[in-house]
Amino acid sequence: MKEKFDIIRSTCIPIAIDNCNTDLIIPARYLASTTRDPKFFGDAFMHDLRYDAEGRPVGDFVMNQPAFCEAPRKGVHEIIVGGANWGSGSSREHAAWAIAGYGVRVVVSSSFADIHRNNLLNNFVLPVVVSKDFQQELFDTIARDPQAQVEVDVPRQTVTNLTMGRSEQFPLNGFKKYCLLNALDDIDFLLQNTQKIEAWEARN
Amino acid sequence: MSEVISNNHKEGVKETLPLKGAGGSLFDKIWDAHVIQDVEDGPTQLYIDRLYLHEVTSPQAFDTLRDKGLKAFRPGQIFAMPDHNTPSDQQECINDPVGRKQVETLARNCQEFGIRHFAMGTKDNGIIHVVGPEKGLSLPGMTIVCGDSHTSTHGAVGAIAMGIGTSEVAQVLASQCILQQKPKTMRINIEGQLPEGTTAKDVALYIMAQMTTSGATGYAVEYAGSTIRSMSMEGRLTLSNLSIEMGSRAGLIAPDEVTFAYLKDREYAPKGADWDRAVEEWRKLRSDDDARFDKEVTYRAEDIAPRITYGTNPGAGIPIDGCIPTLDEVPEAQRAQFLAQLDYMQFQPGQRLLGTPVDYVFLGACTNGRIEDFRAFASVVKGRRKAPGVVAWLVPGSWAVRQQVIDEGIDKVLEEAGFELRLPSCSACLAMNPDKVPAGKLAISTSNRNFVGRQGPGARTILASPLTVAASAITGVITDVRAL
Repeated sequence: MKEKFDIIRSTCIPIAIDNCNTDLIIPARYLASTTRDPKFFGDAFMHDLRYDAEGRPVGDFVMNQPAFCEAPRKGVHEIIVGGANWGSGSSREHAAWAIAGYGVRVVVSSSFADIHRNNLLNNFVLPVVVSKDFQQELFDTIARDPQAQVEVDVPRQTVTNLTMGRSEQFPLNGFKKYCLLNALDDIDFLLQNTQKIEAWEARN
Repeated sequence: MSEVISNNHKEGVKETLPLKGAGGSLFDKIWDAHVIQDVEDGPTQLYIDRLYLHEVTSPQAFDTLRDKGLKAFRPGQIFAMPDHNTPSDQQECINDPVGRKQVETLARNCQEFGIRHFAMGTKDNGIIHVVGPEKGLSLPGMTIVCGDSHTSTHGAVGAIAMGIGTSEVAQVLASQCILQQKPKTMRINIEGQLPEGTTAKDVALYIMAQMTTSGATGYAVEYAGSTIRSMSMEGRLTLSNLSIEMGSRAGLIAPDEVTFAYLKDREYAPKGADWDRAVEEWRKLRSDDDARFDKEVTYRAEDIAPRITYGTNPGAGIPIDGCIPTLDEVPEAQRAQFLAQLDYMQFQPGQRLLGTPVDYVFLGACTNGRIEDFRAFASVVKGRRKAPGVVAWLVPGSWAVRQQVIDEGIDKVLEEAGFELRLPSCSACLAMNPDKVPAGKLAISTSNRNFVGRQGPGARTILASPLTVAASAITGVITDVRAL
């Protein structure tokens, strides 16, 4: 799953739900597992909107519609366009595991909850913050043409609605960008700094 | 959607411009004291004094340590306890094999890595966010993290306390540090005396209705003002707990005499001369008079009343005697989602909810599972009887709370009113243990989230204070405690 980021050009899955909280992204009953199996969490992604109580697909939910039901692969559905305040609520990293496990590499929204945004980054899913206008235009573009493509250029920090030819810059600090481009974890950085930690402890 | 609400309840809000002073805020002082380094064009490496672990968000973090052949860096600063999967009816065993395995895995991991573990069913156990402050493990000036968004609770003692993900739990296990972008700061002032029947829970529900559930995203929030200063420690913990429902990872309150009186003689709090020295230091933990905040908001306590939620995010709330907004009051762009929320809740636009029958009542959770909450509930039900047909779960937040409930004779009051005191657990807050609200049933609950399916698939949740929940338990319908 730890794949280096560069330029991603893909069709999108539009999930136009504001305040799409992590309980919706993955219901609590999937949290009791001690596994790290990406498929387990990917199958649970948006579960209770995708399936009814008997486990039958809910036909009118976007992920079950013919245009969007195909699982992500290179160039297809690697990008989710989400509603505002994406990932609010619980800190469960299982929500990021569900998104990554499903095969998504980028989530585009006008705003992300703080904890979930970090969890996405720690799982090499890129949260891309865009303006509300850009977000709405993207939803409209995809509604007209589900095959519409979006390009996310990590080195240049740009996101482009290729149908409309409209681009925006997105924020990403230099440290995190370096980590994404080189598939490095935060924990490796911290482990290189234990002397600084011990020195701090000695002072306090 | 929640933005709708703020449009309808703008009265009584005074937004002030950020102060221009150069002084430090309480948050800045604690943060700055824990900086190991500021990574160039990157986050801050922040030292963590206290890590709490529970069974749900820790197993994969321990796996990361094993993968990398690492030990826990500072096991003495870490405390673990299961709470999410714990049943509240009996704690001999967990019948669900998946939940049982998770709880057993925590115990095994703690043994392997040398971490203190408060096992299920023992006197030390309870919900982390109740146990931490109550044992004096969460102290003023600390940095505290846990893989749980309601870690913001501990900020009420005057600490930076934040929820983190499992990758970050692994980072703290391995290095006692996390990499974090420093948040902006916001001060929320509440001034004046709260009206009758209005609690800290109502204050929090009011703030989130005003500023929406993302209004404080990106900010650490300091609660200040005369209302906060006269609030009990339990009330402050409730308010800080709900910071995350406004979008803020960290809510905090400057420590004062209320804080010190609460913490003194707690099991892990400093003792004797150490205590005196600690209090002297803790008194410095306040925002300077000229402290600068990125945002400051002031609300009047007199504008706040007992509140309930009607939708599927905690910001979708109204005064208990108010009405759900009509469609006209909702901006057009938000109507579809507004109606989707009401469709799930089986309510109508413009509906008054007073008198609506409830099926379940829940007193407990890290939000309202403390002794003061049980006292409040008991004060309402004393000499009355639970409505027939209503299922009531009264779940203390810890074994210590449960013992105090018994010591104060509150259990007898509850029993005489037809209620049963259960065992400490997260219980019906999040549908991870047997306490689940069945599909379609309506619960009025002191917990923190009314999300779709939060209390069980298809369950409908109204959030309220312990007083409102108690009044509704007696009548069997949504009831204004002031009118009971």
